[in-house]
Amino acid sequence: MIHTRELCRMFTTRTGTVEAVRSLDLDIGAGELVAFLGPNGAGKSTTLRMLTTLLLPTSGTAEVAGSDVVADPRAVRRSIGYVGQGHAAGTGQYVAEELISQGRLYGLGKAEAKSRAAELLADLDLEGLDKREAGHLSGGQQRRLDIAMGLIHRPELLFLDEPSTGLDPHSRANLWAHIARLRERYGTTILLTTHYLDEADSVAERVVVIDHGSVIADGTPDELKGKVSGDLVILETGSEEDARAAAAAVEAVPSAHSVDTAAAAVRLRVDRGDAVLPEILRAVDARGLELRTVQVHRPSLDDVFLTLTGRSLRESAE
Amino acid sequence: MSLLRDTWLICLRQLRPTLHSPVTGMGFSMLQPVLYLTLFAPLLAGMPGGMGENSLQWFVPGVLAMLALFGTSFAGFGLLPEMRSGAHERLLAAPVNRVALLLGRVMRDITVLLGQAVVILLLVLPFGLRVSPAGAVAGLLVLLVMGIGLGTLSYMLAMSVKQEFLFPAILQTTTMPLILLSGILLPMDLAPTWLYSLSRANPLSHVVDAERALFAGDFGDPSVYIGSGVAVAVAVVALALGTRLMRRLAA
Repeated sequence: MIHTRELCRMFTTRTGTVEAVRSLDLDIGAGELVAFLGPNGAGKSTTLRMLTTLLLPTSGTAEVAGSDVVADPRAVRRSIGYVGQGHAAGTGQYVAEELISQGRLYGLGKAEAKSRAAELLADLDLEGLDKREAGHLSGGQQRRLDIAMGLIHRPELLFLDEPSTGLDPHSRANLWAHIARLRERYGTTILLTTHYLDEADSVAERVVVIDHGSVIADGTPDELKGKVSGDLVILETGSEEDARAAAAAVEAVPSAHSVDTAAAAVRLRVDRGDAVLPEILRAVDARGLELRTVQVHRPSLDDVFLTLTGRSLRESAE
Repeated sequence: MSLLRDTWLICLRQLRPTLHSPVTGMGFSMLQPVLYLTLFAPLLAGMPGGMGENSLQWFVPGVLAMLALFGTSFAGFGLLPEMRSGAHERLLAAPVNRVALLLGRVMRDITVLLGQAVVILLLVLPFGLRVSPAGAVAGLLVLLVMGIGLGTLSYMLAMSVKQEFLFPAILQTTTMPLILLSGILLPMDLAPTWLYSLSRANPLSHVVDAERALFAGDFGDPSVYIGSGVAVAVAVVALALGTRLMRRLAA
């Protein structure tokens, strides 16, 4: 569905040339749900804008839905739906009219655009808002209208740029439920960008991690987490002294590594934390030390990013 | 023909907010010419010469030209919020003819302009304005042609400036001298030679002269041909530049 080869985009700024996307090779098959994950300025949106014909590549090629983005942008536009970062409805436009007009611009006939708009408004919980001015909708409703506009012509491929940014947790969950349903029903290929780690983790089947314009990791969330060496175990003791003693005890457990203390807590990495935990607890118990709490963390995508770049995605996102 | 169909669809889309609230959509942009007609035109009646004797005959065609200038040259202002949100980008990502994205908007603006001009004419008629019907139709046509040119330039300006605070500043700086040098408010014959020559370099002054001749039914007046020619030239140049800009966006 998407094939890029050495795709590059450079921007000239006052301070010099910035390579926003560097030699990107990407292959996405039909039916996949892929998330681009990376900090702000990593090149996610620039890539999306090239794939949606909004921005010309500086060099390299991109084939989207069977057509080249430079040679035949119109064919690309016909086959894809695009939901950008901003809101898609115009100033002073009514919900239904704007949606129908969008359908007409994608070549649908009057009656077809109308029935399709009614269907989408129902699907996306926007019934009864036909004559509401789009700007007067709530944030979640506006976002669902944006998505309705991206879906009006039943595209085989849908691009979503930061679809849930600015939504409250309830609206976010609601939005993802809608997207999952639409995908189940029509088998639409979806490429989305996000800087929410939990979102990429829970929603996407494949995560492409981008940093400084290049792909630094690509795989299922579990595969990516496998790159981090093991689960994080945190043992909380009563004092710093106890923590040091507990750390010494834990060092003796063969699979434990990267053992470290911070105040009254011991942190260590271990493969299969759930399986090794009983052994760790026995080792600590054997020294007569008392633990207050025990936590086992599966690696998160943030750990992945940290392992790959030495930076936390949370920090880079700021 | 995707150009015609898309232009029509975009024009309809652009007209909708105006149809939803006609008073804010059409009324406010009409206010300025209406104020000139009520608060300025009576002053002219006291002036010596032809302008004083037939002040409405002299002033109304100019005010319509003023309406055309303000109505269309500020058109790009409506595009800026859609460029800031994602509405314009969404249309660019759709398989819409690029030139239609520009033309459709311009068509909406001159449709509104036509409506406003007709309303003003109907309002002024009871106050003793005498017009040649054929001349008025031709006069409005010339204004619409000029409106196509100015509207196109305005959208091009919006697309290149992109800044909402910069746009009105640039326009005010351009439209003010255009109005002052147009002979809309006072006849430029009264001006010293240097000012008169300057006004002749202003395309709008020729259109205003043509409007006055046309509304009086004076089809043989040379200003009719000069003014119409200027309006057509502005439109042709603007459309050529606008088409080029939109095609470049498509590339």
